[in-house]
Amino acid sequence: MKQITIISGKGGTGKTTLVASFAALAGNLVIADCDVDAPDLHLLLHPEIVKREEFKGLNVAAMDKAKCTECGRCEEACRFKAISDTKSGYAVNPTRCEGCGVCVFVCDQDAIRLEERVSGHAFISKTKYGTMAHAQLNIAEEASGKLVTVVRNNAQRVAEEEGSELILIDGSPGIGCPVIASLTGVDLALVITEPTMSGLHDLERILDVTRHFGIASVVCINKYDINEANSRTITEFCQARGVTIVRNIPYDPVVTAAWSLSGCQSNPT
Amino acid sequence: MIISIASGKGGTGKTTVAVNLALSLSNVQLLDCDVEEPNSHIFLKPEIEAVKSAGTLMPKINHDLCDYCGKCAAACEYNAIVVLPTQVMVFSELCHGCGLCSVVCPRDAISEETREIGVVRKGKSGGNIELVYGLLNIGEIMAAPLINHVKEEINPEKMVIVDAPPGTACPVIAAISGSDYCILVTEPTPFGLYDLKLIVEVLKVLKIPSGVVINKAGIGDRKVYDYCKEEGLPILLEIPYDKKIAEYYSEGVPFVNAMPAWKNRFAGMIDGIRGDL
Repeated sequence: MKQITIISGKGGTGKTTLVASFAALAGNLVIADCDVDAPDLHLLLHPEIVKREEFKGLNVAAMDKAKCTECGRCEEACRFKAISDTKSGYAVNPTRCEGCGVCVFVCDQDAIRLEERVSGHAFISKTKYGTMAHAQLNIAEEASGKLVTVVRNNAQRVAEEEGSELILIDGSPGIGCPVIASLTGVDLALVITEPTMSGLHDLERILDVTRHFGIASVVCINKYDINEANSRTITEFCQARGVTIVRNIPYDPVVTAAWSLSGCQSNPT
Repeated sequence: MIISIASGKGGTGKTTVAVNLALSLSNVQLLDCDVEEPNSHIFLKPEIEAVKSAGTLMPKINHDLCDYCGKCAAACEYNAIVVLPTQVMVFSELCHGCGLCSVVCPRDAISEETREIGVVRKGKSGGNIELVYGLLNIGEIMAAPLINHVKEEINPEKMVIVDAPPGTACPVIAAISGSDYCILVTEPTPFGLYDLKLIVEVLKVLKIPSGVVINKAGIGDRKVYDYCKEEGLPILLEIPYDKKIAEYYSEGVPFVNAMPAWKNRFAGMIDGIRGDL
């Protein structure tokens, strides 16, 4: 079984469109949407959810105001500025809290404890083209990298059960935590870029990341004909780095038209 | 005033709006908080005046004092410390720099040291714009602490524009927290709409007022407009899908420099926001 991740560095270069198109063509595959904070693949593949599980990310501090003597030690100790003295006493801001527990330790009144929090949901779904593992991180939550790992584990388990030959992974933009989680241990990274100065800049950084982690990479220039001079610059850059350009895709308004035709809905899962 | 530019979906035009807005105003500071893939400097070509190393704290074990009791490892919520019979291992990529390990250590064997995760660059573009941007080191996973370093450079005397990263998770929260207003950039496609809905929910949690800029107007459908109407979100500006604008973008040229009539539209948008606040 092989795993391929489609990434881009820069957002909006065409990752999801490419993954959906591959999924429609490949056969015997499992699809994984690892853009867990802004997933879009379900808009094209219309998954029917068969399994839904809660994702518990980082814990969160909870304050028992009855026990709190307002000594302020917790506020002082918190590195994330998640505890502050409000009109109604000391309070935890859950969007800032990273669940480290330093406040619990420094409180000598036993007024704070850590609680689990549901930070999102992971799904296993059926689509026309194969089983899909995906997720949705809750609003303003952390630990997106961990949720990516949950999605990838789900995809691997399903692929083994179904005897699939391929896991196709839709990555997220950027080069940080969720991107690295979507790249760990894959057989190939397909980097999709666009012929713009930003596209080239971001391609260089994401190729640095795949090289850093020793992951084989190939490149595809999407809408290569919107600026052919830039496409040549990108091609020369890739040649100089010994990176293969597997395919260039021309700009075609039919792509946007197809989104509407596919009955693409934008209702949250 | 601090105005942040966010989108949920990547590639909708955050940097286009941030850069062209900056060029349409006076006395501006632009903070590019997309530290994973910053792009504003490509358009603004700043003269860099300062480069600062930015880091997070991580534990440093004093092996002369450590008796390998394991309390630090038991306390760490991120499994960033493993204590073996005669060895302590710290996994820097898992460490959040909370400092709990050094607080729980009964022998004061843990101090903290700074580990570089990226750099903050500061420069001037033209006479008018101060640009600050962060650049996350390759292989580093945590963007939010570097974003906080970029935001330490905020100059409240200036009109501050924050270019946020895509998504809805912690790096976005770090970038847009503390803003007086958030401009949401979307495109009129099903993807643009879905991710716009997500970022609107984030702003409700953070209680930041917002309005929408529709980029590439003319492609896709009208559903983004319908949604904005339902939510009572003002449409601040529409930037049409225009081959010329796309070409300028691809060359790294801010389109207001080539099409100066747009400067008034961007400046007018800020006047409108000021009036509403």
